Amino acid sequence: MSADVSAGRTGGEPDAIAEELAGLDALEAAPERSDRGRRLWRSTWPKVLAIAIGIAAWQIVVETGWRPRSILAPPTEVFPSLWEMIQTGTFWGQVATTMQRAILGFAVAVAIGLVIGFAVARFTVLRAAFGSLITGLQTMPSIAWFPLAIVLFQGGDSAIFFVIVLGAAPSVANGVLAGVDYVPPLLVRAGRNMGASGFGLYRTVIGPASFPAILAGLKQGWAFSWRSLMAGELIVPIGEAGGLGTLLTVTRELSEYAQMLGVMIVILIIGIIADGVFGWANNSLRRRWGLDSDRT
Amino acid sequence: MTVAVDLRGVSKRYPGGTVALSGVDLAVRPGEFVCLVGASGCGKSTLLNLVAGLDSVTDGSIEVDGGRAAFMFQEPALFPWLKVGQNVEVPLKLRGVGRASRRARARELLETVRLGDVVDKRPHELSGGMRQRVALARTLAHDAGVLLMDEPFAALDAMTRDALHDELERVWLERNLTVLFVTHNVSEAVRLGDRIILLASRPGRVIEEFEVEAPRPRRLDSPDVAALAGRVTERLKEEVRRHVG
Repeated sequence: MSADVSAGRTGGEPDAIAEELAGLDALEAAPERSDRGRRLWRSTWPKVLAIAIGIAAWQIVVETGWRPRSILAPPTEVFPSLWEMIQTGTFWGQVATTMQRAILGFAVAVAIGLVIGFAVARFTVLRAAFGSLITGLQTMPSIAWFPLAIVLFQGGDSAIFFVIVLGAAPSVANGVLAGVDYVPPLLVRAGRNMGASGFGLYRTVIGPASFPAILAGLKQGWAFSWRSLMAGELIVPIGEAGGLGTLLTVTRELSEYAQMLGVMIVILIIGIIADGVFGWANNSLRRRWGLDSDRT
Repeated sequence: MTVAVDLRGVSKRYPGGTVALSGVDLAVRPGEFVCLVGASGCGKSTLLNLVAGLDSVTDGSIEVDGGRAAFMFQEPALFPWLKVGQNVEVPLKLRGVGRASRRARARELLETVRLGDVVDKRPHELSGGMRQRVALARTLAHDAGVLLMDEPFAALDAMTRDALHDELERVWLERNLTVLFVTHNVSEAVRLGDRIILLASRPGRVIEEFEVEAPRPRRLDSPDVAALAGRVTERLKEEVRRHVG
């Protein structure tokens, strides 16, 4: 038995190579990740603490009597009124209106942004012509589009939609451009050597390789479209808009300040959730691609 | 005589005026393992790019048997968005091979490099040596008779490199491949090559050829390998000294 083992160890024989390779593989392969629940807790408790501190600070400001309670309501009044509000159907109707606009507008902006981004990245002439225009469009505060939008579309949904798309599409297109620019040339060479060319090269190599930057563009695009949407719902005449922005205006005009703050909290929470979705997507991408800084 | 790779009077001048290669003649026999050795600036990598068709010649002609040559780089160049098995499938997919046979082929090729059990892992979960073996499997998936290798083991530690020399030699013999292997490591060239082509620098051209007579499998530390490596290195140094002043 032991004779067999030592016989197999003479250098160069297939068995010995296989064993040696397996040994090297085992030594070098990446270790397992740490426990999931623990990591979740580690990333959660600081956020919970921050929220608690924020609410406490708010309560303290109210207690100092800087503004009358009827105007600046304390958390102890806002949360109960918020609780009451979320039990009504009309509130959820407004949330649905807003979310529908947000998702539809964002989806259209993404589609347009992706098409424009890849077209401009692919064709040098288009890039020379529109590259800087896309970046320029991004610097335009979306709220500045509203007067034009209201004139063009006579207010209402279309105007809001128009501004969301204009606000978000350039970010998405820019993300595509940044992504395509930073595709490692080696991967492109590998792809070409494997027989990819033209559109196939985009589908097999350049498109997927740009994905992290595109994701960053999507996140920024979402932030812009969410801001545009809120601005739109606040600016466009009440009868035509609806949604959380309008609810904000209505509560202010009815002097229901506790409810107004409640609506603001809802808007904040939706924003945080959306941000969390993008953060999650980004993290899972980084994990799958092996871009985690604590690994390599 | 049949030839797997045939270069005739190949020159490459870049737009800036740099002459990377000048009048290179080289005929590689089918199944031959040829190592290209030279100091920096000798156009080794340019030569492989030209043979791979990733760049075009300024002068001369290149013929590759079967029309295609598979390229393996110093970096594994695996796609991080794909699993290991899917990476090996890419060349097959691009040639229109169906899904089921693609998977089977990828698995078989990974088993060839002794990595059958990592099909569903991500490239970053593997060690450097394993990734380079996946890259080798992917290069084999081209089904090209000619393999171009641009310092494929330069970034690996010595022990892994030794093991991969054995692996490459085995795969090359099993599959009857023709290999054009670029390296700056003379011992590696003597360890692997049937023939060593020494290139001069600026402009790159062939100055000498060495037949490696030592029987396989060779060991890096065996006397005849070391002796030939010494001779090649001497000649290389002579050439490098020519560039002083």
